[in-house]
Parts: sequence; C-alpha cells; structure tokens
Amino acid sequence: MIDARGLSCPQPVLLVQRFVKANKPELVEVVVDHEAAVQNITRYANSQGYCVDKAADGDDTKLTLRK
Amino acid sequence: MRNILKKYWLVVLTGLCVGAAAVFLTAEGNPANMGFCIACFIRDITGAVGFHGAGVVQYVRPEIIGLVLGAFIISVIRREWKPTGGSSPMTRFLLGMIVMIGALIFLGCPLRMVIRIGGGDLNAIVGLLGFVVGILIGVVPLKLGFTLKRAYKQSKVEGLIFPALMVILFVVSILAPALFKSSVEGPGSQHANVYIALVVALIVGALCQQSRLCMAGGVRDAVMFKDFKLIAGFIAIIVAVLVGNLIVKGSLAFSFEGQPIAHTDGVFNFLGMALVGWGSVLLGGCPLRQLILAGEGNTDSAITICGFVAGAAVAHNFGLASSGAGIGTGPVLIVVIASLVILALVSVFNIAKGEK
Repeated sequence: MIDARGLSCPQPVLLVQRFVKANKPELVEVVVDHEAAVQNITRYANSQGYCVDKAADGDDTKLTLRK
Repeated sequence: MRNILKKYWLVVLTGLCVGAAAVFLTAEGNPANMGFCIACFIRDITGAVGFHGAGVVQYVRPEIIGLVLGAFIISVIRREWKPTGGSSPMTRFLLGMIVMIGALIFLGCPLRMVIRIGGGDLNAIVGLLGFVVGILIGVVPLKLGFTLKRAYKQSKVEGLIFPALMVILFVVSILAPALFKSSVEGPGSQHANVYIALVVALIVGALCQQSRLCMAGGVRDAVMFKDFKLIAGFIAIIVAVLVGNLIVKGSLAFSFEGQPIAHTDGVFNFLGMALVGWGSVLLGGCPLRQLILAGEGNTDSAITICGFVAGAAVAHNFGLASSGAGIGTGPVLIVVIASLVILALVSVFNIAKGEK
C-alpha cells in the first residue's frame, strides 16, 4: 500500500509512477487524502492501462489500480 | 471523444471564465492587462494595510477575498474542505516571499503573465520562457525525491482562520474604509465595483477549486507525465483574453514597448518569472492555486500567502519591485541571485534520503 497522504502535488502521482516503473505491478493500492491527488493518480493510471477503483476510507480515499 | 470531453471540459471552461473575467474586470475599471493578477492584488492589499508605503499600489482587492471564499464555499458544499497543515511551514513562507519578489520584478503572477500575453504584451513571452525554465529546474529535485514532508489533519478552527480573516478584511473594508490606505492615482486607484469584483471572484474561485486549475501545474504535468489537462486551462485563458480584448478594443497591438504596467528589461522579466516557476513547483502550485488551497483548509498554503504578503512588503520597501519605468532602484540583481541560491539550497536539502 502506497501512503501518499499529506503530500503536495505532484508527489502522490510521482510515488505511484515510481512504483509502477520499478515493479510493473498488476495491482497497486494507494491511499490519498485530497481530491487533486485522486484525479492526478487516476489520469496517470488510465494512461498506463490501469483501471481505477475508488473507495472512501474514513477521511481518506483508497485507490486500487488493476491491469 | 467522450473521455477527452470529460477530462478537459471543466478546466477549459474555468480557463475561459478566468480569461473572460479578467477582460470584464478590466472593462469595469481594473488596471489594464491585469484584471485578475494574484501577485499584484495581494501586493495592493499589503499596501492597503500599511505594510508597504508605495502609494500607487494600495487597495483592498475583493478579488483575492472572493477567490479564497469561493473555494471555501464550494469545497464545504462538495465535502472537500479539509483542514491540513504542518508541511514545512517556514520553508513555504520563505518560498512564498521569493515567488512574490520574482513576480513583482516581472510585474505579474503566472496568471497575469498569461493575461498579458493575451493582451499583446510580448514582454510576457519573455516572462513565459523564464517561467518554463524555472519549472524545468524545479522538476529535477521533484524527480530526485524532493518533498516538504507530509501535511497532517488539523482542527477545524485552524482551517477556518484564513477564510475568516478574508471575511473580516472584507467587512471592515466596507464598514470602515478610512482605516485602510487607498491609492488616489496609479494602478491601486483603478478598480471595478467592489461587489461586482467579489461576485466574479467567488465564481472563479469555485471553478478553480473544482477544476484544480494551476499555471505551474500545467507546464509541470505536461513535462513530467505528458498530462495536458491543466495546460489546457492555461491555453484557454490566453484564448479568452485574446478574443475578449478583440471584442472590447476592436484590435490588438503586439509589442514590447508601451504595454500597460510592464517594463521591457528582458533579463529581469526572464529571471523574475524563473524565480516564480521554480518556487511554485517546490510549493506544489502557483499563487492562484495557493489561494484556492487555503480556501480548502490547507493552512500550509495560508502560510505561503503570508509569505507572499511579506515578499510584497520587502519588494516595495527595499526597491525591488519594478514599475512601468523599469526595474526597481534597490539591489535587484543581488536579491535575484540570493533567491536563486536559496531555491537551490531548499531543493537540495529537501530531497528525501533513499529516494531516486
């Protein structure tokens, strides 16, 4: 699980990009705490061929990226 | 096609509205090619409360208040209002000062830079080059793991302070205008009707909050992620301003000389905006975005805006701010070099260990 809570733009999507490039995973789980990060990660994930599921996790949002 | 529309419509609509609002507010009395400059208007408020003594740029600009409150209201309605803070506030304050000083050397924030381009001011193209170069430099530490550390959840009171200050500033400026300094000549004396400006800014603030429009983010995301969403908003502003100016004035004159509230010193136009670009990338957003984030409850952005205010005071009190006549009479070059060194130090010393 990538914890991108509390990070300014574009660090959340950079963390995901770094993880995806290094591991080429089928599944990535990320937790973020603001809508800009949700949208940025979703756009990046879609551009890399991932489908994104979004679920509320308390005050945060959990994103699940699947190939 | 549907996906493209879904991705771009809101940010393009926001860009068009921001551009149209700038032209409209200028027609209503705001300074030419300014309409909606975040740096200039924060500077004017700084002067209005007496933090600097430049008599021609003092006025409580309702646009700044409206942008913050528009973002605040819509984020509360959409349940996106979230008080956070604690991500290197002192560093952000310092970066805010540098961004503001850079903007006042160029004479405009990234938003006014775009508005100036749309108004035919070629000096702003030089500024744009500096802005892009500054962003490209700032992207390097980001890729190496630069971070100002995490922000954490804060109390509601903490998140409410900045929007509340905006409300108080507005109410007091209406009820007791004599408390504030107000320019009788120069750009500070040129302004649209207070309520018209406030309403326009409330709408634009809400749109910016929902679309996440950001001038620095536009170039940054295009370079780092080949993501052109935010830059589409940037381009939409230019288009709206160009078309708006054509409608209002009937023609456009592209030139370096004789542009309103602009100077022709290319080196300092470039360097000023390079400071803004680099600083904004490290902050995670341009001055406009900082206002919106502060409205959303981000107290780190509120501190950054306090840095903008301090930067504006320093810029005018120490002769660093430019004017239509040229660059300031103070030690502008020394401050630019010192600011570049500080940005480099902040960039290097905040790269997290173990990151690549």
